[in-house]
Amino acid sequence: MLETPSVATVQPPAHPAEQPIAAAASRQRTAIIDCDIHNALPSEKTLHKYLSARWRRHLETVGMRGPYGSAYPRLYPNAARHDAWPPSGLPPGADLDFLRAQLLDGWQIDYGILNCLFGVGGQLNLEFGAALAQAMNDWQVAEWVEPEPRLRASLLVPYEDGELAAAEIDRMGSHPAFAQVLLIARTAQPLGARKYWKLYEAAARHNLPIGIHFGGGGGGPITGSGWPSFYIEDHGGMPQAFQAQIISLVYAGVFDHFPTLKFVLIEGGFAWLPPLMWRMDALWQTLGAEVPHLTQPPSSYIRKHFWLTTQPIEEPPQRAYFDQLLDHLNMNDRLMFATDYPHWDFDAPDRAIPPHLDHRLRRAIMADNAAVLYGLDIGDQEIGSAPENGSA
Amino acid sequence: MAKHIVGTVAEIPPGARKIVEIGGRTIGIFNVNGEFFAVRNTCPHQGGPLCAGAQTGLREAPVPGEYTYTRLGEILRCPWHGWEFDIRTGQSWWNPDQVRTRAYKVSVEEGPQADMPCGASGPQPGPYTAETYPVAVEQRFVVVEVP
Amino acid sequence: MSDTANATRIQTTAQPAAQNVAILDGPLIDCDIHNELPNLDTLHPYLPAHWVDYVTHSAFAAPDVNDYPRGSPLSARADFIPVGEDEIGTRPGSSLRHIQEQVLDPWRVETGILNCTYWVQSVHDEYLAAALATALNTWQVEHWLEGDPRLRASIVVPSQNPMAAAAEIDRWGAHPGFVQVLLPVRAQALYGNRRYDPIFEAAARHELVIGIHAGGASGLPPSPVGWPATYIEEVAGIAQIFQSQVINLIAEGVFDRFPTLRVTLIESGFTWLPSLMWRIDKEWKGLRSDTPWVKRLPSAYMLDHLRITTQPLDAPTDPRQFAQIIQQLDSEELLLFATDYPHARFATPDAAFPVDLPHTLAHKIRYANAQAWYRL
Repeated sequence: MLETPSVATVQPPAHPAEQPIAAAASRQRTAIIDCDIHNALPSEKTLHKYLSARWRRHLETVGMRGPYGSAYPRLYPNAARHDAWPPSGLPPGADLDFLRAQLLDGWQIDYGILNCLFGVGGQLNLEFGAALAQAMNDWQVAEWVEPEPRLRASLLVPYEDGELAAAEIDRMGSHPAFAQVLLIARTAQPLGARKYWKLYEAAARHNLPIGIHFGGGGGGPITGSGWPSFYIEDHGGMPQAFQAQIISLVYAGVFDHFPTLKFVLIEGGFAWLPPLMWRMDALWQTLGAEVPHLTQPPSSYIRKHFWLTTQPIEEPPQRAYFDQLLDHLNMNDRLMFATDYPHWDFDAPDRAIPPHLDHRLRRAIMADNAAVLYGLDIGDQEIGSAPENGSA
Repeated sequence: MAKHIVGTVAEIPPGARKIVEIGGRTIGIFNVNGEFFAVRNTCPHQGGPLCAGAQTGLREAPVPGEYTYTRLGEILRCPWHGWEFDIRTGQSWWNPDQVRTRAYKVSVEEGPQADMPCGASGPQPGPYTAETYPVAVEQRFVVVEVP
Repeated sequence: MSDTANATRIQTTAQPAAQNVAILDGPLIDCDIHNELPNLDTLHPYLPAHWVDYVTHSAFAAPDVNDYPRGSPLSARADFIPVGEDEIGTRPGSSLRHIQEQVLDPWRVETGILNCTYWVQSVHDEYLAAALATALNTWQVEHWLEGDPRLRASIVVPSQNPMAAAAEIDRWGAHPGFVQVLLPVRAQALYGNRRYDPIFEAAARHELVIGIHAGGASGLPPSPVGWPATYIEEVAGIAQIFQSQVINLIAEGVFDRFPTLRVTLIESGFTWLPSLMWRIDKEWKGLRSDTPWVKRLPSAYMLDHLRITTQPLDAPTDPRQFAQIIQQLDSEELLLFATDYPHARFATPDAAFPVDLPHTLAHKIRYANAQAWYRL
């Protein structure tokens, strides 16, 4: 008689992927600040207790309305990693406990910056957008930052109206929960336009950086020559929007007017920035008389006023090109690591940043630069020691 | 190479999968139209849990706008960045010579076989707790070979 | 076909500096010279009588475009502005004699490719647009091509009506002087859109290059985020429109539908191309199944089917970094020398390409790449 092997229920693997725990155990721990995490509403009903009766009714009857006709179906539902759907049934990013386990604890993240993409800034009804912003910010404080001390939030504002946006910044800008103000990259006008200046004034008043995050649709085609057909063009084409915003902010003199202002470019990549700086500097040599308020080359303004998150990490075909990129960019103290959790183009903390980088540069990117910008305490890490111009 | 029993054929019907841990590695076993394949649960790109991804067919287009859809269920998409892998070979669907995830030889065996030596080189119980169950003679086991 | 073969990777081992040569050390092919219409009267002999009356009575002066404001320092170098008895007040670039004296002769240009950026696409009346295009092309043959054997020209087409544009291509396609069909980078739809297929079909059939040139006025804002306030912003932003066009040409499968098609990007800049290649290749690895006709890495298509003129350089000031960017292009065949006459891109000739390169690469950029690409 054959012996029958036992058959029992197999336990699923304890961790989503075996690498991080093994890697973390074998490696000296490095501080990690994740500069782009997306917290999400469980549902619109969550907002009801933070809204007045009038706006609750508006949300239930008319609802959110932005410029339609600009959506491209994304790779996965909610643009999320397939494995980021919480077992609780909430949408990705909406379950704080699951986010703690899968991201903060799972990767030993010291601090995370929340960039909530609930589209309050894109609302065509500006007063409604302002009401939603207030409700969202109150929700973020109560249900994200207060229960989880590792998290900071970004202040949502109805950015297409400078005064309404300034009012919300003045209302909540001093609250320690907020690390920055949040804008979305494709706005209705280029961000150097004067209608946004009251927002900048308020952010400067509260010494808050302004994050510009991937996404959005300002009401016109998402390229300068019409509407693309495919998601790869929407997703892969976002650098063009970031570039347009930098061009506008610098040449319009926003930094001459608001010399303390800081911007964080989130989820745009960064390899396109050196060629943009070269182009802007060359044009300033020839056409600079049109913008006499600029007293330095555009690249100087960019290096002074911008920070960049690393995700989606650039993947050139040769390792040497990455090193050259960092040299051309010359912003080693401005690059900040981000995962973009829970989105599909997630960058893993242990794999995304090329392993050959100098360890001081790695630490600067993984934590120090963000610690300085956002005023976060990561213990006895050396601050401000990003090596100049280069990596290995 | 050592053989590990990871479950029964009935546990993994066509279209289903099972993810198991063997000796520190996580491996996904897939039943594709009655054939079994096992793939390491690590995407060569950034280490994502490959076997938790969507199983699809292969969508191609010899001419823009004219689609073919074949090999249903044989393509695994990484749940992180969407890279497509051939479940049969582990090959990434683009530039297959450059990127490959480990594919493990999988066989379906009729229980411990008389001609298979027992002991170190025979089928090894997987991550099971030793319990006894009545087993039908026809019941077949899925066995994975792992280095 | 040599012009669509796999790109030659640039050698990474640097030659000693002493063996590098300047781009200008040899005969040139200039792939971007602007021949400008002095004014609309010039076209009257080439237009049917009813159109002459129409433009006169409606006071139609020109397409509603302003890529190079007349007085802007970028529009013409001071020494390129024509002054003379018969030329006072005419546009820079409107004189054949000046182009001969200021570009072809002193720069030892063996072949100069004219790009007449008169954007008939901005004329909403498609019949007028088509009539202007035919008149312009006739004028180009008689006044330019027949005036100097070194010159070649680009066919102006009413691309807002692709069938009419194809007819215009068929009208001139057999003429040996035309080597290219000219399109503005700003259009009402991206060029991968299938509505443009008749243009690519005709160009491919006549073995003409498609030249996409900076500028144009589609009525749409020239950016993803609305209308820029200043001219310098608009000019800076032109590069992003080229980037969007390149992505779209690949994603829509233009080069899968027309495998022999060649496209030159003119006045786009090129130092942004490596970062674009890296990014779109990365995207494609996960999103391949959305556009499954794209069977190779997008960058492979780019290097096979695109060429880019050298002006504007948009180069770093550090020559070592500039050499690195050129290497990152991963192709010796990509760049085509151009002066972009009469635009003020460089103050002196040696600033037109201020890095010395290995001899073979210098020869390719100044001459051989264009010779192969345009079948000269």
